[in-house]
Amino acid sequence: MATNDILTTDRLSVAFGGLKALSEVSVRVAEGEILSIIGPNGAGKTTFFNAITGAYRPSGGEVVLKGERVTGMSPHEIARRGVARSFQNLKPFAEMSVMENVLVGREIHCRVGLLAAVLRSGSSRAEERAHQKRARDLIDFVGLEKRRNTLARNLTYGEQKKLEIARALALEPSILLLDEPVAGMNPTETGFVMELVRKIKRRGITVLIIEHDMKMVMGISERIYVLEQGMLIAEGTPAEVQGNRRVIEAYLGGGKRADSQ
Amino acid sequence: MNGGRVTAGILYYLGIVLVCAPFLRANLAWLPLVFLLAWGVKRGTEWLSANETVGRVRERTDRFVIRHRLPFVGALAAAAVLLPLAASGYVIDIVTAAFLYAILATALNITVGLTGVLVLGFIGFYAIGAYTTGILTAKFALCNFWVALPLSGLMAMLFGVLLGIPTLRLKGDYLAIVTLGFGEIVKIFLNNLDSLTGGPNGILGIRRPAVGPFTTDTQTAFYYFTFAVLVLTIFILSRVIHSRFGRAWIAVRENEMAAGALGIDVFKKHLLSFSISAFFAGIAGALFAAKQGFVSPDSFTFYESVLVLCMVVLGGLGNIAGSVLGAFLLIVVPEFLREFALYRMLIFGGVMIAFMIFRPHGILGSRTITLEMEDARHGDE
Repeated sequence: MATNDILTTDRLSVAFGGLKALSEVSVRVAEGEILSIIGPNGAGKTTFFNAITGAYRPSGGEVVLKGERVTGMSPHEIARRGVARSFQNLKPFAEMSVMENVLVGREIHCRVGLLAAVLRSGSSRAEERAHQKRARDLIDFVGLEKRRNTLARNLTYGEQKKLEIARALALEPSILLLDEPVAGMNPTETGFVMELVRKIKRRGITVLIIEHDMKMVMGISERIYVLEQGMLIAEGTPAEVQGNRRVIEAYLGGGKRADSQ
Repeated sequence: MNGGRVTAGILYYLGIVLVCAPFLRANLAWLPLVFLLAWGVKRGTEWLSANETVGRVRERTDRFVIRHRLPFVGALAAAAVLLPLAASGYVIDIVTAAFLYAILATALNITVGLTGVLVLGFIGFYAIGAYTTGILTAKFALCNFWVALPLSGLMAMLFGVLLGIPTLRLKGDYLAIVTLGFGEIVKIFLNNLDSLTGGPNGILGIRRPAVGPFTTDTQTAFYYFTFAVLVLTIFILSRVIHSRFGRAWIAVRENEMAAGALGIDVFKKHLLSFSISAFFAGIAGALFAAKQGFVSPDSFTFYESVLVLCMVVLGGLGNIAGSVLGAFLLIVVPEFLREFALYRMLIFGGVMIAFMIFRPHGILGSRTITLEMEDARHGDE
């Protein structure tokens, strides 16, 4: 199994001053799986994503990506190694169109130099056309084809979430981290995103999801990790996690009282 | 919310009083009239912006201009080409100066408008360009203008990189203060590095460029030369803006964290835009040195930095046409207000405040507004 792991963390910790937001979290992510991370609010899920992607510098532990130690690298270095993400509190490029947003995701695959850009050489135009084709395909893929030229700030909340997925996919990542991709969506939209995630997996991309919507989590995940107060408290298939006493306690809180009765 | 509106209102009246300061100084009795006028203008603008017909007309004009921008640009370019045939030497001189400032403002717009990095000491790069040309062509007479021109740009760019590497990691206000310091340091060096810069006396005898028998010694010839450089600058920079480079710059401006998560090295993008801006400021500086025939530290004050920044903000952040327009408004219009020269800063202050209130995106708006128009047009179909 070890050779199959695309991403592992070894006792990964993040501390803000005296506050341990994440303590000694070790996970293994197998290539090609859909894995969910759940836990109550403030459990450290987004912190975990931020520590993997380099947005936060871990205070301890290691992050290993495809056999390479990436702990402490800056976000753009980790992104260039194939880790793409969406954000819980959306971060679209508000004053750019949907098309431009996705094209920014193509930036690391752009080879055109300054001089070629100024002269608009044949090869630079060909490259730009290829990137635009890719971007259009991705926009169609997430179902925003009617909004291609709309400014990102004029999109609905759900549309912005889809845009973030398209933009992240433009990177051609091997791992996609989605932070609450269906929060605030209606059941139809949620179903659409679930189908989208399955299609992304079929493209050979490993997907890590933070989500509160249990219908989505249980319906789509192959494995689930449960975080509580910065610590990993459970791991397993959806069925195993659903039956786990500690998980139920973490979510419902009243477990002990139920025992005593 | 309400507090903000009250503040904006007070700022507006204060701005108006500052603008009218020259008249008020002559006779304070005008004060009530000024207030009445300010109130009228404010009510008028409010009524105009609330009125649907006016709004529709304005939107239609905006769209008309955007759709037919090519003929507009063509007409303006033709006017610029034909101007020397009709205008006096005085007018040609002012418009040449406006061209120089337009190059500066367009260059600064790359950093301030597109990448979102506030630079306050921009004139420092202009000074480095001007002095490089002065030192190379006049002081030590090492080469002619055509060799000195690109070297002036490169020298300014080099200083841009040297300043940028340690400072561009700073955020917003801190960076603005550092660049402000840079502008002042350049001036102090120019004043004291006598053996190289001639100190407060500057460098004299800088000759204008020539190609074989064709010189740009006449005002008209130099006018056309400056115009050509401006057109070339606009061409190059608009090509860069509309390429992957411009896209990445705007992305960095919009959200550094999201840009980083997409593999973009925010620092490198900042450094690139900063050094490109510095390069064109250096080019403008070389032209300035040739135009004046001499350079001295007095030409590169903090006032000039603020002036160029005002041009960018006034015309519209991220909008090249706006920068050119801003340069013309702030160079040509004050010439008509010569008698109030003392109050120029105050008038600028007032105008800037009024703009922040009534048209925060500048006269021609940011690139966004243009896009939005196109967006609305797609919606119509």
